[in-house]
Amino acid sequence: MDALVDNLDLILEAFWTTIQLTVVAAIAALILGTVLGTMRVSPIPPLRWLGAAYVEIIRNTPLTLVFFFMVFVAPQVDILVEFKTSAYVALSVYTAAFVCEAVRSGINSVSTGQAEAARAIGMTFSQSIGTVILPQAMRTIVPPLINIFVALTKNSSVAAGFFVTELFGQGRTLAIENPSEGMWFLAGVAFFYLVITIPAGIAAGHLERKVAIAR
Amino acid sequence: MSSVLYDIPGPRARRRILIGSIIGGLVLVALLGLALKRLSDNGILGSPSWEVLTYPEIWESLGRGLLATLRAAALAAVLAVLLGAVLTALRLSPTRWLSWPAATFTELFRGLPVLLLMFAPFVISTTISPFTAVVIGLTLYNGCIIAEILRSGVVALPSGQREAGLAIGLTPVATLRAIEFPQAVRIMLPTLVSQIVVLLKDTSLGYIVTYEELLTTVKTLRNFYSTSFGSEVLFPIFFAGAVIYILVNMTISQVASWLARRGNKKAARAPLGREDRPTAGGVGGAA
Repeated sequence: MDALVDNLDLILEAFWTTIQLTVVAAIAALILGTVLGTMRVSPIPPLRWLGAAYVEIIRNTPLTLVFFFMVFVAPQVDILVEFKTSAYVALSVYTAAFVCEAVRSGINSVSTGQAEAARAIGMTFSQSIGTVILPQAMRTIVPPLINIFVALTKNSSVAAGFFVTELFGQGRTLAIENPSEGMWFLAGVAFFYLVITIPAGIAAGHLERKVAIAR
Repeated sequence: MSSVLYDIPGPRARRRILIGSIIGGLVLVALLGLALKRLSDNGILGSPSWEVLTYPEIWESLGRGLLATLRAAALAAVLAVLLGAVLTALRLSPTRWLSWPAATFTELFRGLPVLLLMFAPFVISTTISPFTAVVIGLTLYNGCIIAEILRSGVVALPSGQREAGLAIGLTPVATLRAIEFPQAVRIMLPTLVSQIVVLLKDTSLGYIVTYEELLTTVKTLRNFYSTSFGSEVLFPIFFAGAVIYILVNMTISQVASWLARRGNKKAARAPLGREDRPTAGGVGGAA
């Protein structure tokens, strides 16, 4: 346990890297995923196909493979970025597919009658989207979005395999350096993950129940 | 194609959609062209290294890698379903001494990265094989997720199912096993199958804990063939590996959505129709 306390600053620093990876990738994935989700419900066929192809391919690709592509394959076509940037890109590209699906199913969960009613009382397209459809869609989108970001927090650990010293990577290094204290380091690292994942998971479940009752 | 957002288009909207389609199509083609140009500029398109894909040894190695991936996934899937069932049974038990530890276990392990759970066995024992570590990590994590899936399936059942079981004199455990679990599995089958895709994808984390699976094979092959073909050889080998992953996972995903469609049809016909999904407006299957 002493070794854990002694190295707490290293672990906290790595925890900060994990938070950075998660927050930046979450914002990028949210933007990219919303654009893709909008494309998937748009009336223009090529955009729908592009969105669908993206989701189908990325959802069936392991995250490790996306990382592998960014770190080892992309430099072959002269896309050279720092390892941390690769991690940002890999995590955002991967998470965006799941955000896209959440957005799309959220919009589809609003019943057609709502949009028809909005048009029947003479609302324009943007009015009906802004005041009738999106607010209802948001209710169903938020809980799965939180779950996606919880998964993203855990997924950021994959960066450890690709030269980024984040929480898991730091824990692994310390555990290998001090084999007798290994369990303490793992427990410490686990604690920091749980600090994020458990409260967020509870919040998602809570929101989901709230939305479910309102239906 | 019916959508919440727009009506059946009239002539003007159809023209706008056509124009949008053409622009969208052009942008798509341009992006594709840009990617191809990038590839040919870096000597990857016309590179002789694509020849490696005609070598049977490459496919033998990739096949072995895929087999290692599937072996870990299959064993972990079976163990995870067993663990999930046990955790669900314990968590639903009225005895607090059983339900609380099960709930804590599920919540804790669900909140940790799979990679951490794969690495933990190495810390506990230095003699453990990477295969065992990968299977342990996958089982612990996915067992907890499956427990959650099964539990929400059981909770979603009409309460009469359990009451009927108890009324004909079955014990609570027998009711769970013979009446509630089979129905929960049926409702949740598509979700369970999608979880197997997640599990299969996560075997690729074995790359990080030195398990010789498909992705590790890609890297080993690159190292081996780059002496004769140069570093460009990575691209064809990676491409082959990625296609294998995507094809295998898409097949399983297709099974999941097929099961979901089949389940929906059955549920619609079922006499005990729970008030299922709000398909108001009759927008069937907007997927």
